Amino acid sequence: MIEVKGARKNSEALPFLNRIGLVERTERQTELQSRLQEARHIVQRRAMIEATGVHKSFGALPILKGIDLTVEEKELAFIIGPSGSGKSTFLRCLNRLEEPNSGAIIVDGVDILARTTNINAVRRRIGMVFQSFNLYPHMTAQKNVSLALRKVLRLPRREADERAMHALDRVQLAHKAKSYPSELSGGQQQRVAIARSIALEPRVMLFDEPTSALDPELVGSVLKVMRGLREEGMTMVVVSHEMAFARQAADKVIFMDHGRIVEQGTPEDIFSHSQSERTRTFLNQMER
Amino acid sequence: MSSWELALDSFFNLSVARDVLPTILKACWLTVYLSLFIIVTGIACGLALALLRAFGIRSVNFFIVLYADFFRTVPPLVLICLLYFGLPGAGLSISGFACAWLALSLILAAYSEESFWAGIAATNRGQWEAGRSTGLTKFQTLLHIILPQAAKVAIAPLTSRTIAIAKGTSYASVVAVPEILGAAQSELSVTYNATPLVMAAVAYCIIFIPVVAAGRYIEQRFQWSAR
Repeated sequence: MIEVKGARKNSEALPFLNRIGLVERTERQTELQSRLQEARHIVQRRAMIEATGVHKSFGALPILKGIDLTVEEKELAFIIGPSGSGKSTFLRCLNRLEEPNSGAIIVDGVDILARTTNINAVRRRIGMVFQSFNLYPHMTAQKNVSLALRKVLRLPRREADERAMHALDRVQLAHKAKSYPSELSGGQQQRVAIARSIALEPRVMLFDEPTSALDPELVGSVLKVMRGLREEGMTMVVVSHEMAFARQAADKVIFMDHGRIVEQGTPEDIFSHSQSERTRTFLNQMER
Repeated sequence: MSSWELALDSFFNLSVARDVLPTILKACWLTVYLSLFIIVTGIACGLALALLRAFGIRSVNFFIVLYADFFRTVPPLVLICLLYFGLPGAGLSISGFACAWLALSLILAAYSEESFWAGIAATNRGQWEAGRSTGLTKFQTLLHIILPQAAKVAIAPLTSRTIAIAKGTSYASVVAVPEILGAAQSELSVTYNATPLVMAAVAYCIIFIPVVAAGRYIEQRFQWSAR
């Protein structure tokens, strides 16, 4: 009873306090708060991926000869380069599907190569989309998406199914939830694969030639979903030959050749004012 | 009696049939549960070995391959005799039933390990990568993603092999197990008539046709998508 009375007193007291000059203080507080938020935002737009000196060999064959790359939060980094340049291998090092021989990779503040790092916990924060989709052929689209929700996030079945439906809805495939991969077109399969990744709410998405296995008329639907993700502020690293998409959507374009980064910059820097002869030769070949 | 009547009397003698029917039925029951024991332990052990092999520990895999190769090479009858007549020498005496169960289970485990392993090895590497990239552990990926696809590949060789080995329960007659063939043979020596053997053949058909049908049903169930 006493507590209730006290509470009532406080709520009656507030307008009174405001009247005697506390209003200015709260206004000042809000201003300070918004400044603080701004500052935090600048700090928060930090490096999401920091790779330094990444080396990788397959047997005696060197594939990556020291890659340094920083991808900032909410950035779309686009890696281009001739086949065999090591771009896919580098991408696969970022979630340790390939184990680098040396170097350091920090993703979202976690040293993913450290012995003490639980790689499975890290991987659920790093989505990956493959050239060949790699959907599970024995499961419906919905089950493809909900499997990791249930087994990794340990969500109950109903909740996992709901979240899977939501993810499928985001790639405009809610109506295909009960279809098996073999009943879907390539573009639809790739969008289910994207849904499978985004359902886990990753901090970073890696795309390994996501449209290379698609018929030309299906490429657009996948790129549209990727554009949507970018607009929502997803940090993305894309290995692809879709130059038009890179020009339009990338924040940073990286040209790789023979296991090294030759050049990186804005799409404008790379596509129009390239400093490197090798980059220009490659881009000319792509246009042909 | 004409030769036709002689044959009829020798193979399809109704009075003999009536007399030996209870023995044959009892033997059928023994064959059924000996087979079931062998199928369960053999396939379970084979599956466990194949899963273990998928972890790619070189020293462990060496022994799994050695095991599979040995037990796929040695004839079932030799193995049964070896256990039945050999083990007592080592101070370990087990019944004929247990010998048959152990020997055939070991052999079925070897074959089913190879079938499951072939399925696991045939599954696209991208399936592993997709599972692992979502944070599933190696074992979770194996269990939920790889194994169902491997089983689809393994199911056809596995059913035919399972049937072949379950029929191998007839070898147990050699070590005094009164399964169908054993029972029929001992009745034969009492009646001097082949009718019990005919009944044995029919009994095997009756028992194993459902197994073949079950195999076919399982194969169809594993066709998860229209191809």
